Amino acid sequence: MTAMTTSTYAWLAHFAQSTGVLYFMGIFLAVCIYAFWPSNRARFEEAARTPLRED
Amino acid sequence: MAATGYPIRRATPGEMGGMLLAAAAVLPLLMIAGMTSDSGYAFHASLSAAAATASIFLIANRCFRPGQVPAPLEIDGRPNYNMEPVKFATVAAMVWGIAGFAIGVIIASQLAFPDLNFDLPWVNFGRLRPLHTSAVIFAFGGNVLIGTSFYVVQRTCRARLAGDLSPWFVILGYNFFIVIAGTGYLLGITDGKEYAEPEWYADLWLTLVWVVYLLVFLGTLARRKEPHIYVANWFYLGFILTIAVLHVGNNLAVPVSVLSPKSYGLWSGVQDAMFQWWYGHNAVGFFLTAGFLAIMYYFVPKRAERPIYSYRLSIIHFWALIFLYIWAGPHHLHYTALPDWAQTLGMTFSIMLWMPSWGGMINGMMTLSGAWDKLRTDPVLRMMVVSLAFYGMSTFEGPLMSIKAVNSLSHYTDWTIGHVHSGALGWVAYISFGAIYCLVPWLWNRKGLYSLKLVNWHFWVSTLGIVLYISAMWVSGIMQGLMWRAYTSLGFLEYSFIETVAAMKPYYVIRAMGGVLFLTGALIMAFNLWMTVRRGAEDVPQRDLTPQPQLVPAE
Repeated sequence: MTAMTTSTYAWLAHFAQSTGVLYFMGIFLAVCIYAFWPSNRARFEEAARTPLRED
Repeated sequence: MAATGYPIRRATPGEMGGMLLAAAAVLPLLMIAGMTSDSGYAFHASLSAAAATASIFLIANRCFRPGQVPAPLEIDGRPNYNMEPVKFATVAAMVWGIAGFAIGVIIASQLAFPDLNFDLPWVNFGRLRPLHTSAVIFAFGGNVLIGTSFYVVQRTCRARLAGDLSPWFVILGYNFFIVIAGTGYLLGITDGKEYAEPEWYADLWLTLVWVVYLLVFLGTLARRKEPHIYVANWFYLGFILTIAVLHVGNNLAVPVSVLSPKSYGLWSGVQDAMFQWWYGHNAVGFFLTAGFLAIMYYFVPKRAERPIYSYRLSIIHFWALIFLYIWAGPHHLHYTALPDWAQTLGMTFSIMLWMPSWGGMINGMMTLSGAWDKLRTDPVLRMMVVSLAFYGMSTFEGPLMSIKAVNSLSHYTDWTIGHVHSGALGWVAYISFGAIYCLVPWLWNRKGLYSLKLVNWHFWVSTLGIVLYISAMWVSGIMQGLMWRAYTSLGFLEYSFIETVAAMKPYYVIRAMGGVLFLTGALIMAFNLWMTVRRGAEDVPQRDLTPQPQLVPAE
């Protein structure tokens, strides 16, 4: 039982350390690509002015 | 029907449903009040029955008021905004804020002068402390968040708030939850979980209110005229969704009986501790951070009359913040039974959080680039920028304190209290004050605030209060931590516990004085806002509101 718990722990730790890194880096890259995609620039600049437009 | 002179109309299906639900609740609530053996619970059941009865009358009363129902979405091609609930939340925030700060002053004084507990159960430190934290976080902060979110989502979507009764249900229902929670603490009803003290029935009620809040917010977003959802709304949505998950997860419990306020949580042992601090830290991350960042992303650009420094940074800020914050909770459980890897994980994510936190701070501050002179002329903007400085400071201090070696000194000491208050007073309260100072003239159609001079007084008095508070707690906390870990040459503890308490007394007095100053500032603010609504701006021209030719500063 103890051995199994230890191996579960090792597996979990390994999973978290490898997949976790990939998962977070992947999300971060995707967000950066979305934010800096050239064709989005105009849209974001327009969106930034939203609070300043009065109606 | 012949004209009667009374513009009575038929109730809408929503109003009928609301009245029926409220009416159906009255009898069961009265039965619970009569049958329970717990007097506090009986009081809450009676209060709920009274609230249900009052809501029947409030809804029925709408049928006597003139005006088209449901209200038109647009008038003359312009959105017909629903600002009445926002007004209510703004006033409620101010009232609860002053109550919460005042209770803070009382409990700070109790720590310095224990006689102030008066040997009465209802006003001792143990019961007043959750009353203080709930009043400032959930009553003051919550009303600011719900009020500003209803304002911002309407203005940035150019659409009327979704729902007819539901925005009122959210605002009034939330404030009713606050009343139940607060009176419960005084009567001794608590489940003992920090920042989640309300018992099962109050938790269920809040869940209902919160789901309606989410639906109103989503419904308004769905009506938007703007193609893009402005970033402030992302932060509000992140806050609403995550708080729903946190609240339900941490409060899963089985009541002893429907006639008892007592319940037993589903989690036990270390799992319970982990759930509690997953909740607790994300209450900081999503309630006190994401929600107030939404305020920053709308009110700072609006007041500075400039777009946010970098919209692209705000996107990265949002996703990085929400993906990292949710993992930081275990740093509250260093050196406990929580597995070591989970502690390290919490610490690592806390340190990584420094980056998005500072990204957001820089984004807010740099919005003023090219318009720094406004800091000199506009004390409201100054308050918001100083709130960002405090945000930067406390989000630097937080990751530092999450490091295990530092935590071994800081944990359980006043340093933590000082850290929390530099964030709560400096960041959360200041950005809220800034937003309320903006909102009141907008909502009540006044040209400007009654007095900018009083805002200046508020700013300096309360800033001095914060500085007294946090510096006293730094000194007291680090001293406390060092005294606890001091050993004699023979290996005995050098100080008894009571010696550390005696050593902290002067700092407790300084902290209470800081609290008095902060409360004084809030009272100045309340007077200023009252006069703004009553009289509008003073005759003195308001430099910040009317664009005037800029003088070139002589330097």
